[in-house]
Amino acid sequence: MHQYMTYVSIAVYAASFICYAWILYAPNAWVGRLASVLLASGIVSHYFALIERSHWIHAVPYDDLYGSMSLFAWLLAVTYLGLEFLHRQRSVGALVTSLLVVWIALVAKFAPDRIVEPPTARGPLFALHVTLNTWAYAAFALSFILSVVYLLQDRVLRSRHTSATFWRFPALDVLDRMARSSVYVGLVTMIVGVSLGFLYQRRLTGAISWTDPKVVVTLAIFLIYLAYLALSRTSRWRGARAARICALNFAVVLFSYTLVNLYLTGFHRFL
Amino acid sequence: MSSTYSNTKPLAATPRPAVRIALIGCNHRTAPVEFRERVAFTAEQARAAANSLRQQGILQEAVVLSTCNRSELYGVRADGGAPATDAMEEFLTSFHRIPRSDFDGRFYRWTGRDAIQHLYRVAAGLDSMLLGEAEILGQLRTAYSQALEQGSTGPVLNRAFQGALEVGKRIRAETEVGARPMSVAFAGVKLAERVFGNLKGRAALIVGAGTVAEQVIEHLRNRGIGRLQVVNRSLDHAEELASRMDGKAVPWQSLETVLAMPDVIVTSVGGSEPVLTRAMLESALGSRGGRPVFIVDLGVPRNVAATAADLYNLYVYNIDDLGEIVEQNRRAREAEIPRAEAIIAEHVGKFEAWRAALEAGSIVDELRGRFNRHREELLRERMEAMPSISDEERQRLAEITGDLVDRLLAEPAERLRQAHAVRGHLGALDALRHLFGITEKSRKDERDE
Repeated sequence: MHQYMTYVSIAVYAASFICYAWILYAPNAWVGRLASVLLASGIVSHYFALIERSHWIHAVPYDDLYGSMSLFAWLLAVTYLGLEFLHRQRSVGALVTSLLVVWIALVAKFAPDRIVEPPTARGPLFALHVTLNTWAYAAFALSFILSVVYLLQDRVLRSRHTSATFWRFPALDVLDRMARSSVYVGLVTMIVGVSLGFLYQRRLTGAISWTDPKVVVTLAIFLIYLAYLALSRTSRWRGARAARICALNFAVVLFSYTLVNLYLTGFHRFL
Repeated sequence: MSSTYSNTKPLAATPRPAVRIALIGCNHRTAPVEFRERVAFTAEQARAAANSLRQQGILQEAVVLSTCNRSELYGVRADGGAPATDAMEEFLTSFHRIPRSDFDGRFYRWTGRDAIQHLYRVAAGLDSMLLGEAEILGQLRTAYSQALEQGSTGPVLNRAFQGALEVGKRIRAETEVGARPMSVAFAGVKLAERVFGNLKGRAALIVGAGTVAEQVIEHLRNRGIGRLQVVNRSLDHAEELASRMDGKAVPWQSLETVLAMPDVIVTSVGGSEPVLTRAMLESALGSRGGRPVFIVDLGVPRNVAATAADLYNLYVYNIDDLGEIVEQNRRAREAEIPRAEAIIAEHVGKFEAWRAALEAGSIVDELRGRFNRHREELLRERMEAMPSISDEERQRLAEITGDLVDRLLAEPAERLRQAHAVRGHLGALDALRHLFGITEKSRKDERDE
């Protein structure tokens, strides 16, 4: 299988990671801008890597677990770059890009070197449904990263043992707002994605399967993130407790993305 | 002397640049404050000193840098000769009316590369009492701007000081040397920023007063803090401080009621009992919907009850906590010195390369002048023995030999003028001077001729 563009995108993401890590170590506006430009370039090359894979398997890139994981990483990068511009904050970039590099490298290494069966489900509605839901997962993953950083920063503040990274990472308030922005992105894409999924299923089978484990878990994810948003505004849960909820919610996302997809659902299997 | 054999191309008429910087000065390490006070310059004195140095012909370029921790005089000698530290010292003794013996051991003298390195270290804050302090860069900029305005700088000091300002900015941007707070007041504010991000528009409450508390308020004001309230046991004191800090005084009895408003609280009150109890803060946090509160407790004994420290979304830093953070930061800044020194070395190298290129141009002019004088002498001697040669032919011969000198020097001149080619090759220039006997004395003699 040809993965040239995948390797290119790994290299560009790695270069972006170096720049992001550099500005944590020694802040420099130009290196920061270069990091963002490289990340954007990584996103473009990653897009072509997804196209390259599609050409090879003669199907959409998310047709199997590996393609789906690659799409997930791409959407994570897109979401992060958006949040970076929105909140004018680059100091979490090193974490995100390092995850991207490892994630895509693993996908490239373990992706099967065989052509999979073409999917039974296809069409633009289905494509949008899958892409938007994957985007929601990516946004939740980002909120997880931001919440973990929040908890670490909070711990350092309370321990009173500061380090260079402590002074470089964003303030608690910024992390909190970034995590919430990310969850908003996740919820909106999830609502639209799930709705399109229901619409597609209805067209295909004439009914909506409310009891399928994938649907149930997805609705549960929707509710727990809504709960997070509501609680994060209350006096009792605002701050570190809300960050903890957000981080724990991601465990349910992982559960849905792995175990549910692989073993429990009747129509969301990607193997 | 003008003759038929003179080169048709004129020699460089502009004065050759003198590029050796000299520096004399003292700082907090070499002299006690009593002595530094005696050799300090006001802005007016700095201008007068720089003018006098130039008018008396001691220096061609001069900049005076005078802060509470240092008095330094940077100069470039008028005749481009040897460093002028002795003459500069002589001038300072008479300017400040201090016996020369008082200077012994208290003044340092640097020339050339060492002087540039010292200037860059000063700009970086590496030579400051408080490692990496930012104020020195502003003071350096002011001293240079002042000298530039009155015209006491020239190409060499312009290059040196602009380089120093660039070094100072780069080191603060690229290393931790100036990054972390080094005072208790600044540490408190920076920590508050770790919670709230931008402090602009946030509300603050000052409980009590004190020097450090006032410094904290100053930092908060610089960061655009919004509403500022002052509470003191004495309402008069509260009003006085509030009017100075553009805040609002609140009676002591209202302390509990105003506690729900501020995001940042600074306490500095005397007394054996805590002023802010756990119950008061718990109630305040509830009233503000659980939004975080950051407290800088500067009181000894502490003004915030120890039991309040674990309240959710309450961050309390007492004077010892802040002191410990300042100490951590000091160690972190010291660990960054090698990186700062590397940046300084890079910029000193650039300056030296520029200096080398400048000197190279100067040497080429010297050589051209010398070769042309030899050429003219030789032509005169030979032509005397050949009276049959017409004036027109003599002129032609002069032109041909002049062109020969130019061609011989064209390539070496080009190579020497390229800064990147001579970087680090100042030794080669010295060798060239030695080879052709170009010394300051010979230059002066030739100019006198």
